[in-house]
Amino acid sequence: MSRKPYLRKMPKSWWLAQRRYTSYMAREMSCVFIGAYSVLIVLGLYRLSQGRAEYGAFLDALQSPPSLVFHAAALVFALIHTVSWFSLAPKAMPLQIGEKKLSGGPVVLAHYAVWVVVSAGVLLVARI
Amino acid sequence: MTEPTLQVEILRYRPETDQDPAFQTYTVPYRDDWVVLDALNHIKDNIDRTLSYRWSCHMAVCGSCGMMINGEPKLSCHAFLRDYYPNKIRVEPLNNFPIERDLVTVTDDFMEKLESVKPYVIPKQERAVDEGPHLQTPAQLNTFKQYTMCINCLLCYAACPQYGLTPDFVGPAALALAHRYNLDTRDAGREQRQEIAASNEGVWDCTFVGECSQVCPKSVDPAAAIQQTKIASTIDWYKALLNPWGKR
Amino acid sequence: MDVIETDVVIVGAGGAGLRAAIAVAETDPSLNVALTSKVYPMRSHTVAAEGGAAAVIKDNDSLENHFNDTVTGGDWLCDQDAVDLFINEAPKELTRMEHWGCPWSREPGGHVAVRPFGGMKVERTWYAADKTGFHMLHTLFQTSLKYPSIKRFDEYYATDLLVEDGRCQGIAAIELRSGQMRAFAAKAVIIATGGAGRIFPFTTNGGINTGDGAVMAYRAGVPLKDMEFVQYHPTGLPGTGILITEGARGEGGVLINNEGYRYLQDYGLGPPDPWPRKKAMELGPRDRLSQAFWHEERAGKTVATPHGQAVHLDLRHLGEKKINERLPMVRELAHSYMGVDPVFEPIPVRPVVHYMMGGIHTDIDAATPLAGLFAAGECACVSINGANRLGSNSLTEILVFGGRAGRGAVEHVRSGGKDVDRSAVEVQAGEAQKRITALFQKPDGTETVVGLRKEMNEIMESGAGIYRSKESLEETCKTIGDLRRRYADVRLEDKSNVFNTDLVQVLELGSMLDAAHVLAHSALNREESRGSHQRLDKTERDDDSYLKHTLAHYAGEDDPRLEYLDVKITKSPPGERVYGGAAS
Repeated sequence: MSRKPYLRKMPKSWWLAQRRYTSYMAREMSCVFIGAYSVLIVLGLYRLSQGRAEYGAFLDALQSPPSLVFHAAALVFALIHTVSWFSLAPKAMPLQIGEKKLSGGPVVLAHYAVWVVVSAGVLLVARI
Repeated sequence: MTEPTLQVEILRYRPETDQDPAFQTYTVPYRDDWVVLDALNHIKDNIDRTLSYRWSCHMAVCGSCGMMINGEPKLSCHAFLRDYYPNKIRVEPLNNFPIERDLVTVTDDFMEKLESVKPYVIPKQERAVDEGPHLQTPAQLNTFKQYTMCINCLLCYAACPQYGLTPDFVGPAALALAHRYNLDTRDAGREQRQEIAASNEGVWDCTFVGECSQVCPKSVDPAAAIQQTKIASTIDWYKALLNPWGKR
Repeated sequence: MDVIETDVVIVGAGGAGLRAAIAVAETDPSLNVALTSKVYPMRSHTVAAEGGAAAVIKDNDSLENHFNDTVTGGDWLCDQDAVDLFINEAPKELTRMEHWGCPWSREPGGHVAVRPFGGMKVERTWYAADKTGFHMLHTLFQTSLKYPSIKRFDEYYATDLLVEDGRCQGIAAIELRSGQMRAFAAKAVIIATGGAGRIFPFTTNGGINTGDGAVMAYRAGVPLKDMEFVQYHPTGLPGTGILITEGARGEGGVLINNEGYRYLQDYGLGPPDPWPRKKAMELGPRDRLSQAFWHEERAGKTVATPHGQAVHLDLRHLGEKKINERLPMVRELAHSYMGVDPVFEPIPVRPVVHYMMGGIHTDIDAATPLAGLFAAGECACVSINGANRLGSNSLTEILVFGGRAGRGAVEHVRSGGKDVDRSAVEVQAGEAQKRITALFQKPDGTETVVGLRKEMNEIMESGAGIYRSKESLEETCKTIGDLRRRYADVRLEDKSNVFNTDLVQVLELGSMLDAAHVLAHSALNREESRGSHQRLDKTERDDDSYLKHTLAHYAGEDDPRLEYLDVKITKSPPGERVYGGAAS
């Protein structure tokens, strides 16, 4: 048998080979920060349940420089996550009226609109 | 005046003599209306008879000549030299497939996966020829038309890191074709197709890199097909959960 | 030698081969089918057909119309019993395609839509935008996957028919990935390998269209019929030869010369209505349109392009919406390969070799004179296409006669007869193997594939093109004869086994030279002008002498032996081909 097919292994750095792969990996990475932020919120609730002093200490700790850096990074990744998913949303929700396929614009806009409304709602509740 | 030329660097692999693939550089004339396939044919005809690659139609519809061109999966009959000149062009076989020889890859895996998703009309009831064609409005046709455009060139498999990392993944083109039949008003075979399409190796191995749709030369948008299949399967799952006595 | 035993072996997995395989599987699921092809099925050249497939389905049309258009278009060289059968089965076959999922374009109410094509009295071409062949091929291929009795052997290059005792008993084929020769032993063989346009330099045909299957049958003693008839498609892109579908003219595109004048009105095709009149002007038959170009070129009225002379196909008046909806591929091809956007500029086009009317001699059941051998599609000649094929009949033909070949093969296998002589199969396949081995062992020959192919291409274009003459054909016959002799000394430079495309090209060149040889001799001997065969020295049709099919028999190194067979006329006596205003 003369055949000897050769399988090239994917290099570990495959995600650096191309800008689009890298931005995909950034989107994937964002889950780490979002996950960590969720843990932080749970921790805050826990501190709140322990009493006023504990919760105050927790709030103080949030203002430390490492915490600020973490929050900035988490915000950036949350935005990456949100924007990239919103832009992909039309693929999952095709719109067609009669014969005509519509562009994804309305679906993306609707996502942003819902985002704004929900955020405003949360802020409102926070104010009360 | 000397004719302008261009360097083409090709990944060669001859299994009977080579241990590993290696690049070989050829100099070809530069013409602004030439595609990479023309350069390959020039090399085969005038420089090196041993270079092997697949091609046929030269009009981007037969799907034979997919290759990595400067790292991007492309049809070599649709990649113009003018878009690279005067820089060197690097040509490699499609990523994620074993190399049979030179630019020829082994694509059996795709053929098996395509077959596994049952890409054909499974009617509710056989229709006799005498009953004539079905009625299908242009609007109904348009719901799946884009997914019929797949030429099986496999650029999407070469672009998909998930397929590279998880070879069991059914992959973009096959899943898009499954979706194409699911959406066709003449078809009633979705449930049968879901066995594979909605399995772990089916749509759930997709992490929505989206690169398949970026490289598709026919704007099929397999990523869309896969996400839509995910949503439909999720709805199936909830339905089954809420109504465990219902028909599955 | 590996011997693969099966019931039916099919060579070629394009539209006709796939349709035949499905027909076998549906007629008798207990029979095993080996579907072989030198490429994967979806790479076959059916994929490049654009415009559509003809069948009568609308109330304003009739079978009689389809019959008359076909026979008139073929300049009365069609066998009328075959045409009758063809037009009757056509609607059923296209309906079957619809049931299998072919995405036919539709009318607003959901009925299948039709468009006009050249030489048609009434519009009857079913289409799937301008990618009809592509959609049909993929529908057939995907449908074929549901039949377990069809086993595919992709990328096998068939070299020989195995014939013993006057019966076809299988084929010898090289598995390209390993270089191994395999024998396929079967009671019935179907050849469906398509055309041989690549013998010409400028063709719409893909690189794979080298006439292998037809020549394989020819070398095994089966005659090739009417090989002198070669269709030039009037609208190909200069340089690449990429096809711009007749559908573009069916939708209203017009052809203009360098003065912006619709020159077809000077060739008996007028009046130049602003709308597409059936059977007139741009909707005349392909042979007439290509011939008109030849005259315009000689009169200096064509447009110079970097790739030779051309005329303009103007679609601008159709508007962007209609072009995008009906002719998206035309727009894409013109834009990519010519740098022209047909919404804003006319497309340069010129005639280009497109289709071989001739091929393996078969009867209306797709059976050849060799017991157990069937043929269908462009490689075969039934003949329904006569001297000039009507646009959009070929996609229908692959279905009708592919299906008949499949059912005929089943019938043949079931009818009993002697079992396959396995030892003879092995011996013959062994001999086929030896011929290949000899190519590998031959000390370097002096001739190259590229050199011989170029000389063949040049003489075919200059000597056996749109217009021919005794002198040009004599020269062609002589040159091709010389090239065949020189081919014996051709050099195989790549001596490896795995996916040796040099070997494939050497073998393909051998097929092309034999096809070209038959073509030239058949053309030289036909001293008349009919349809696509136009002789400058014999400008009239001569029904007294040539209302006949040419049958060319293989004679080894000698010239083919030619004989003639009367055309079957059932109801339409030869008349004048009338196009233009007088026809509608």
